[in-house]
Amino acid sequence: MGLTHQSTGLGAMKEMFQVQLNSSNDLVIALAGNPNTGKSTVFNTLTGLNQHTGNWPGKTVTNAQGKYTHKGNNYILVDLPGTYSLLANSIDEEVARDFICFGRPDATVVVTDATSLERNLNMVFQVMEITDNVVVCVNLLDEARRKNIHIDLEKLSKLLGVPVIGTNARVGVGLNELQDAVYSVASGEVKTNSIEIRYDEVVEDLLRMLEPNIRESIKDKIKSRWVALRLIEGDITILDTLKNYLGTDIREDNTVSAALTRVAQYLDKRQIGKDELRDRMVTRIIKFSEEIREKTVIFENQQYNQLDRKIDNILTSRFTGIPIMITLLGLVFWITIQGANYPSQALAMGLFWIEERLTDFFVWAGWPDWLYGALVLGMYRTLAWVVAVMLPPMAIFFPLFTILEDLGYLPRVAFNLDNFFKKACACGKQALTMCMGFGCNAAGVIACRIIDSPRERLIATITNNFVPCNGRFPTLIALAMIFIAGTAGKYQTLIAALAIVAIIVLGIVITLIVSRVLSQTILKGLPSSFTLELPPYRKPQVGRIILHSIYDRTLFVLARAAMVAAPAGLIIWILANFHIGGISLIQYGANILDPLAYYLGLDGFILMAFILGFPANEIVIPILIMTYLATGHMIELDNLEALRELFVSNGWTWLTAVCTMLFCLNHFPCGTTMLTIYKETQSKKWPLIAFFVPTITGMILCFVVAQTVRFLGLV
Amino acid sequence: MGSLIPLHHLSPGSFGKVRKLTAQGNERRRMLDLGLIYDTKVESLRKSPSGDPVAYEIRGAVIALRSEEASQILVELLRTDR
Repeated sequence: MGLTHQSTGLGAMKEMFQVQLNSSNDLVIALAGNPNTGKSTVFNTLTGLNQHTGNWPGKTVTNAQGKYTHKGNNYILVDLPGTYSLLANSIDEEVARDFICFGRPDATVVVTDATSLERNLNMVFQVMEITDNVVVCVNLLDEARRKNIHIDLEKLSKLLGVPVIGTNARVGVGLNELQDAVYSVASGEVKTNSIEIRYDEVVEDLLRMLEPNIRESIKDKIKSRWVALRLIEGDITILDTLKNYLGTDIREDNTVSAALTRVAQYLDKRQIGKDELRDRMVTRIIKFSEEIREKTVIFENQQYNQLDRKIDNILTSRFTGIPIMITLLGLVFWITIQGANYPSQALAMGLFWIEERLTDFFVWAGWPDWLYGALVLGMYRTLAWVVAVMLPPMAIFFPLFTILEDLGYLPRVAFNLDNFFKKACACGKQALTMCMGFGCNAAGVIACRIIDSPRERLIATITNNFVPCNGRFPTLIALAMIFIAGTAGKYQTLIAALAIVAIIVLGIVITLIVSRVLSQTILKGLPSSFTLELPPYRKPQVGRIILHSIYDRTLFVLARAAMVAAPAGLIIWILANFHIGGISLIQYGANILDPLAYYLGLDGFILMAFILGFPANEIVIPILIMTYLATGHMIELDNLEALRELFVSNGWTWLTAVCTMLFCLNHFPCGTTMLTIYKETQSKKWPLIAFFVPTITGMILCFVVAQTVRFLGLV
Repeated sequence: MGSLIPLHHLSPGSFGKVRKLTAQGNERRRMLDLGLIYDTKVESLRKSPSGDPVAYEIRGAVIALRSEEASQILVELLRTDR
């Protein structure tokens, strides 16, 4: 057998792929497969909460690893990005390919979708060309059964020459057998006999010319046939990758370079271009998948996908598609806002109860007032505020959103809206990252990973802040209730809701315009090719969704926010309590900002609150109240009427409210989002651009609105 | 053999057989990965609300393609359905 991690040493594996081995006996298993095959369900069910997510070294591709124990052996399961191919068309494919090839996992499990096995076999064959240690997992057997699709797993296993295990991962069926098969392959107990794809004469000729020399050069470290195939199809990057991982440059091997020259001559003589050669190779794999499918799969009902089509006829139709989409998203917001109220209050009560105990403790310990102020009134209170305001909406929004995701609805949203984004020279999947942004812009920025083209991913990243997140909704709602719907009596809630919808629509329009402007300036380019799979609808697994969206998204975002909010609270407290010449630093800053703010229809305090609200948007209103009341620490007025009186007595008009709402929608992203943009782009340039683009947009917008209104004498 | 039309001219509900890809390089490779090789049967399923992209059934999967991509896939219209 080739090189296992034992022989390359624990360090190498750790360093290259950040696989954390506890002992050299741990078995490393790669999990590969197409998107939408339930691969992550297999991963989650096997590893439970025993997971660790990070990024692949130097790449913004999620690297999820988990541990499990089966019959006394410890396993590390590495969840590779879901891809349709391993030909390194995208970063995801490159990561998956490199790990299977150079990470030398003890076994690779390829998860496939039983309802579209043929399409998935393409991936299986590509993996089998790289490694012999393969286990095929045919997942979603229940869906297949529902659609009357029967698969002869035993025959499939015989034809492929590797173990094939049928599973229904969402309820755990077949996973024990899968683990057994993984063990037998990883431990070498069972020797696989994986089938080798025979290409047409031209390709086989070329292989005969090249492969022996490559085998000589790289020995048994990697399958020479695979390397030869990549070189024949002209994938030169593989040479650099090989050099990186193996430390040898096979170009320096004279016999290899001589063979490569002969290959080029052979192709020249027959006038076979790169594209044609690749066509020949892919065609063979696809034909082969077709043959295998014909031998192993029986469709008892040829109309098996009629139900999906009927649903699509409604959800993506010309007339009902977009209205249904708006209604569904509206419903999600409504449930989030309504549902978050009560737990938010309960949480606030709980956290302030803790504050009182902390106060008691400080009094008991006899610590000085300034320390108490800085730590409790500054740091703790800000942190408590952020948690109380952010946690409940996120804990409601993310699971709801994940349910739509799990149902298979989100790709339909992208399908419905793609044309708008195409006109803005962006990607339809940006619609999905925007939806995510409604929950949290940092989460929205992470979601931009689903966009393949780097240019379009940056556009989506920079513009994500134009959709208001959960942290900004409270500000928007409060101001809409007080100043826009204030006198509308019993229609107050309705008018406020309409104002919010108008703000959201405005945000979407601005997103499209700014995307278009970016595509014509700093991110020049045409829309890249767009292929979007509309997977079959599936029953969501509600229990698992709630657990995982809270664990993966809510707590993750909250932790990052808390990291920023606590130190920020300290700074804000200092600014509010340090006095120079009788006025606090905040007041001082506000006075400086006042002239600029006036032109924007705001006042110095509002601008100051936005700046101090940089750590987390939800503290903007509390800071504003704090400075108006000059109390030196944050408080919340619990009824809107009191808030209105406070604002009006500080010179607010409806114009101030409108401009504040506009600026709330269009200003720099919060600290958490900035940090996330930095991590995702690995550069300082893009966070800066993401900072200035919305800020300048907001300033222009506020300036125009304020000056127009004043010029017309409307206030 | 009938005349070749670009895939996005295939009206919803009708079928075509892939005859030629005019795309090159990476884009061609991506199309091949979708299974769009010579002779593959493709059904045009439906247009999105604004007319583009269009969803197609390709080898059992539903894939949406923008007209820019679909225009690089030439198909022969199949008269018989199924």
